Amino acid sequence: MKALLVMPIVIPLVGGALGLVAWRSRAAQRALAACGAAALLLAAAALLWTVDRHGVLAVQVGDWPAPFGITLVADLFAAIMVFIAAVLGACVLFYSFWAMDSGRESYGYYPLTLVLLMGVNGAFLTGDVFNLYVWFEVMLMASFVLLALGGDRPQLEGAIKYVTLNLVSSALFLAATGILYGVAGTLNMADLAGKLGENVAPRLTTTLAMLYLAAFGIKAGLFPLFFWLPASYHTPPPAVSAIFAGLLTKVGVYAIIRVFTLMFTLETALTHGVILVLAAFTMVTGVLGAAAQNDFRRILAFHIVSQIGYIIMGLGLYSRIALAGAIFFIVHNIIAKSNLFLVSGVVHRLRGTGDLKQLGGLYEQQPALSICFMVSAMALAGIPPLSGFFGKLVLVIAGIQAGAYVIVAVSLLVSILTLFSMTKIWAGGFWKPAPEERDVPPPGDATHAIRRMMIPVALLAGLNVLFGVGFEPCYAMALRAADQLLDKQAYIAAVLGT
Amino acid sequence: MTSLILRTATLYMQPILLMFSVFLLLRGHNEPGGGFTGGLVGAAAFSLYAFAYGVLESRRKLRADPHTLIGCGLLVAVGSATIAPLMGRPFMTGAWWEMHLPGFGAVHLGTPMFFDIGVYLVVIGVTLLIIYSMAEEE
Repeated sequence: MKALLVMPIVIPLVGGALGLVAWRSRAAQRALAACGAAALLLAAAALLWTVDRHGVLAVQVGDWPAPFGITLVADLFAAIMVFIAAVLGACVLFYSFWAMDSGRESYGYYPLTLVLLMGVNGAFLTGDVFNLYVWFEVMLMASFVLLALGGDRPQLEGAIKYVTLNLVSSALFLAATGILYGVAGTLNMADLAGKLGENVAPRLTTTLAMLYLAAFGIKAGLFPLFFWLPASYHTPPPAVSAIFAGLLTKVGVYAIIRVFTLMFTLETALTHGVILVLAAFTMVTGVLGAAAQNDFRRILAFHIVSQIGYIIMGLGLYSRIALAGAIFFIVHNIIAKSNLFLVSGVVHRLRGTGDLKQLGGLYEQQPALSICFMVSAMALAGIPPLSGFFGKLVLVIAGIQAGAYVIVAVSLLVSILTLFSMTKIWAGGFWKPAPEERDVPPPGDATHAIRRMMIPVALLAGLNVLFGVGFEPCYAMALRAADQLLDKQAYIAAVLGT
Repeated sequence: MTSLILRTATLYMQPILLMFSVFLLLRGHNEPGGGFTGGLVGAAAFSLYAFAYGVLESRRKLRADPHTLIGCGLLVAVGSATIAPLMGRPFMTGAWWEMHLPGFGAVHLGTPMFFDIGVYLVVIGVTLLIIYSMAEEE
């Protein structure tokens, strides 16, 4: 049973390594990617089931007892994240089989994506702060290459901004970790939860909390350090944008939630108050930035930022319902956001552009695609009965219960503006007639590929509906995960064995 | 570069460097050394060959593609780490066997050594991949 915990890390690693051995054969790499994604999905589902049934699972790697060795630990929140990452990874890899150009494929796109998934899973599952840093680096290295692979001019420009800001964030992370070790003498998260809870150096601890907030905030795309994200996420191929949009910022958010529920919980009035203010600014700036854009993927990139605000709002409110809402919202957002990027890829394939002024008439040409877009876009905006509505509803209820009316008002306003942006894409890309001078018929051989690319798109749109209609069981699971986050004892006991 | 001195010296240096790299790899088990340093010395042997005889010749000497080396190295390392879970211990726990080799006496064999061999292969592969790519670009 405990071997299950290392599977989400080992499977992509083996897949990636085999992909390197079969470097010359694209067919073999595709087959490996497909097998790897399928195996990862099975392992993640088994892990989620086990953790939900038997509680927090922990493994002391190399049999070195905690807090001295490295611990891998899966509570329900981590298991949910690993599962949804595996779902998204499988969908994006399947999409890539038809969407990715042969140049990128033969320069290691599939092994890199698997390594990226390994880094993401490692970051979700680790129970050690320094190990978290290492997984962030694994993930970032794979993402640097994925972002720059192909080497178009705008792509490199985006990659430079992305790499620079992420290095700054890593430096902050490392500095904070050094100080943390000086303060507490341990980097095991469960051990830290106990040591920092004794309130040995309250001011230093709060400073550390803010350092971590800044470090993870850059990676998550929080206000005011989000500007690298809209500058780089629209440049790589859509499949890469989709996996970045879905997973990478969410790893930053996951890390913020993890440290601010497990480690830095003494001065919640201050720290979580700051988080709440940042959440409001993140939501507003993201959505306003999107309103000013006129390109399909640029609008979506700004909306990533805006949606991060909602998740962080759940953490800032810091109650059982709010955390459950945040967890539900992350899952909803990963699905909806990535799917919109995948749709933008299909549109780009059909028309060769993402500029809304030059698009149009897609509803007439591709009704199924348009409906999938509509479902995910409306889910993002929060229209019932789709998943986004319930996510926002829970967060709003939590906000009203906490008496935080300002953030509730902001979040509702941002929802309307999100609807505006989504309607803009819908009207510009799908509904209005195509501009006469750009009446490009789709390339004949592409239609088969497009039909295949539609499968993951339809699947993810279906999940948006499913999580909305089947809200009750999903929310019940999110509540159980939130309970585990608030009551740290189960986590600490699983790791330290006390 | 077509220096006769370098070429002749390389012919003698390369086998010595390679043997030294294996020595470092095995010595690293209990004393300073290990897969990383051994791999660097091994990569140095092939880069020296590339400087003296050209990248193509060096690639031919290496026989395997650097990508394959990296992949195999990772597989060996992961394999050594997954032996423990098969025996019911946590992931990456070291497993040890006592072996009696004629002429050597008792030899301790353990999964950490296989992990180190994996690191060795990965380091050779990555270093040579970088050096070959840069040398071929010129």
